[in-house]
Amino acid sequence: MALLKSSKIIATVGAYTPALGVLPLRASSWWSEVQMGPPDPILGVTEAFKRDTNPKKMNLGVGAYRDDNGKPYVLSCVRKAEAQMAAKKLDKEYLPIGGLAEFNKACAQLALGPDNEVLKSGRSITVQSISGTGSLRVGANFLSRFHTATRDVYLPKPSWGNHTPIFRDAGMQLKAYTYYDPKTCGFDFKGALDDISKIPEKSIIVLHACAHNPTGVDPRPEQWKEMSAVIKKRNLLVFFDMAYQGFASGDIDRDAWAVRHFIEQGHNVVLSQSFAKNMGLYGERVGGFTMVCKDAEEAKRVESQLKILIRPIYSNPPMNGARIAATILNTPELYKEWLVEVKSMADRIIKMRDLLVSNLKKEGSTHNWQHVTDQIGMFCFTGLNPEQVERLTKDYSVYMTKDGRISVAGVTSGNVEYLAHAVHAVTK
Amino acid sequence: MVVSENVAASPGASVFADALDVEIGCAGAYRTDEGQPWVLPVVRKVEKMIAEDNSLNHEYLPILGLPEFRSSASKIVLGENSPAVLEKRVGAVQCLGGTGALKIGAEFLRRWHNGGNTKTPVYVSAPTWENHNGVFANAGFEDIRPYKYWNAEKRGLDLAGFLGDLESAPEQSVIVLHACAHNPTGTDPSKDEWEQIAQVMKRRSLFPFFDSAYQGFASGNLEKDAWAVRFFVSQRFEIFCAQSFSKNFGLYNERVGNLTVVAKDEDNLTRVLSQMEKIVRITWSNPPSQGARVVSITLNNPELFTEWKDNVKTMADRVLLMRAELKAKLLALGTPGTWEHITEQIGMFSFTGLNPKQVEYLVKEKHIYLMASGRINMCGLTTKNIDYVAESIHEAVTRV
Repeated sequence: MALLKSSKIIATVGAYTPALGVLPLRASSWWSEVQMGPPDPILGVTEAFKRDTNPKKMNLGVGAYRDDNGKPYVLSCVRKAEAQMAAKKLDKEYLPIGGLAEFNKACAQLALGPDNEVLKSGRSITVQSISGTGSLRVGANFLSRFHTATRDVYLPKPSWGNHTPIFRDAGMQLKAYTYYDPKTCGFDFKGALDDISKIPEKSIIVLHACAHNPTGVDPRPEQWKEMSAVIKKRNLLVFFDMAYQGFASGDIDRDAWAVRHFIEQGHNVVLSQSFAKNMGLYGERVGGFTMVCKDAEEAKRVESQLKILIRPIYSNPPMNGARIAATILNTPELYKEWLVEVKSMADRIIKMRDLLVSNLKKEGSTHNWQHVTDQIGMFCFTGLNPEQVERLTKDYSVYMTKDGRISVAGVTSGNVEYLAHAVHAVTK
Repeated sequence: MVVSENVAASPGASVFADALDVEIGCAGAYRTDEGQPWVLPVVRKVEKMIAEDNSLNHEYLPILGLPEFRSSASKIVLGENSPAVLEKRVGAVQCLGGTGALKIGAEFLRRWHNGGNTKTPVYVSAPTWENHNGVFANAGFEDIRPYKYWNAEKRGLDLAGFLGDLESAPEQSVIVLHACAHNPTGTDPSKDEWEQIAQVMKRRSLFPFFDSAYQGFASGNLEKDAWAVRFFVSQRFEIFCAQSFSKNFGLYNERVGNLTVVAKDEDNLTRVLSQMEKIVRITWSNPPSQGARVVSITLNNPELFTEWKDNVKTMADRVLLMRAELKAKLLALGTPGTWEHITEQIGMFSFTGLNPKQVEYLVKEKHIYLMASGRINMCGLTTKNIDYVAESIHEAVTRV
């Protein structure tokens, strides 16, 4: 076999090199100095999980919803939308650089509310993006190029792990404001206001619209109101990351309340939206990037610059997921069905939080686990430290990120007892 | 509708308002003889299979993409018996179209090639696809230069100029090469010319970055269209090859691309891919799944693969027919000038050699929309409009 292969190789080389003769092999590779990159802290968890052979293993790493059997869930409204699309026999022509128009419109309406003054006046621009990451990236690139007042971007402490490298690679400087209180496993409201009130003018502040990732800790409406006032006073540029609309409380309007309030208060916000979780369209890469501008004319200028930024990255966005999302958002029966399904996903998560706490109590844990049910959304900041996390993984094959974050979506009525048992074991 | 943003000389390109309009300046998208977009029959078939497969869902792909897609896509360009494949030194990153593949490659090179020196020259052909400049500049390269390529006078390749520019290129320079069906000229080097190009590049230590957007679409034969890439690999170059499946699968808006990496050995390959993964994560996290599934299922199933090659040949043959007809008609009309290049050139595009005034005449007087450069998209020609186009070109050349 080896002989056959090598003779084929020689024959091929011989056929191709009459003019060049025998060339010496390169002494070294172009890439000898390239270092091995570390595994991605979040997606790397799934990869480690896959390699584990323990039948009781649990993947509580990446934020992907699972049903109560631990299986991925394709929404029924998604299947219906796909069937509708297939029947239309659409062509595959390139989308415009800014994406599918009916998706962009519906995406903005979902976030802002259909009667929002911003939409009526046309003073915003929404472009289709490669899910949340792509949206943040385009936003970061835009700010880097056009927000010349400062390079400073303030993230809540902690924030989604990928925020920092995205903004940094776009040329921005990362700073932080107090957010999470490890003592209460809740929101450090006073600390946040203190820090925010000192942020230099015109800095960019990133806010998680709902279901804060990784902590699950969200400000209450009254707290959002105060934050809005301080941010306004400090003249900061607000960048909302909304990856979980509908998924947090089960109610899409409630989850978008902060975004809408800020806009009402006069902040011309920048907004990233993802449909990965709330429509279960993860791998289709569906998202939107919106900028609320001074007026329609400014929005047009901004749009033209966004297109200039997008073109050299991927030319134009993928159609499939955006069309599914647009079909759902724009077809009344499907939209209604979607709202019900999103709520049922959110409700299952809330139920799992309850079950986890009650099982921990059953195990005899004396810790205060109230934060598990106080927190909202897909993630829970358990409060576990890195050593405890490592033991959970090593001894119990429970996979999560080092910061103690678990994806509650990976918890089921079938494994919640095991999880409680494991958590209790490493925390007692 | 084809992307109107790219059309320089065509005000009404996005809507065929006037039945007499002939749109041949549009971006690279295939059209049938009825002037319609064409979803490949094999694609419709595979999409139906995907829709009916209840075991499939919409979960995230790995950061580098769908494994079966990446490996089968690389094998399509390199050949499954490529020594590099057999030696396990071929890897790939699924990307958003050919653009995305160029982007990831460019970002990697900016960080890791030539000690991360952003002033490392990147050479692109004169002319080239206009987004090449954009991709590399946006990735942080500060010095993007042309290499001589198109000889307007002889309407062909300026080999001496090309080789001359390669000779004077600083070592380590990145050279962007069109694997086949050069965009926009349709003029490809011959095998002998590629051998000369490779020889200089090897001696001058220049890095080959192939852009392969038309494999199969150019000649109708996959192997033929991949000859240049395979030749470089056989000469043991390390290369990048940005592959697009937009045209040859007609999957334009699904953004299916693959960045194939051929390294010296598996160890180097592994490190390169690990760094590309980091770049992907801060750009789009992971790629879209639908298009990659379609391509992967097709390439990995012998019957579907045969059907696909057939579909590709259908498209290539129609283009070849239009080229032959256009030339024949111009010759029959006795249109001044030489028109051999119409059939010598290959792929979707043709640099007609028409000057700006002649182009303006066609646009204004004849409602024939083409690029100011004289580039036409052969896909816009049909059996119904080719007489009109030939006569109009004749008029433009004789009157202007």
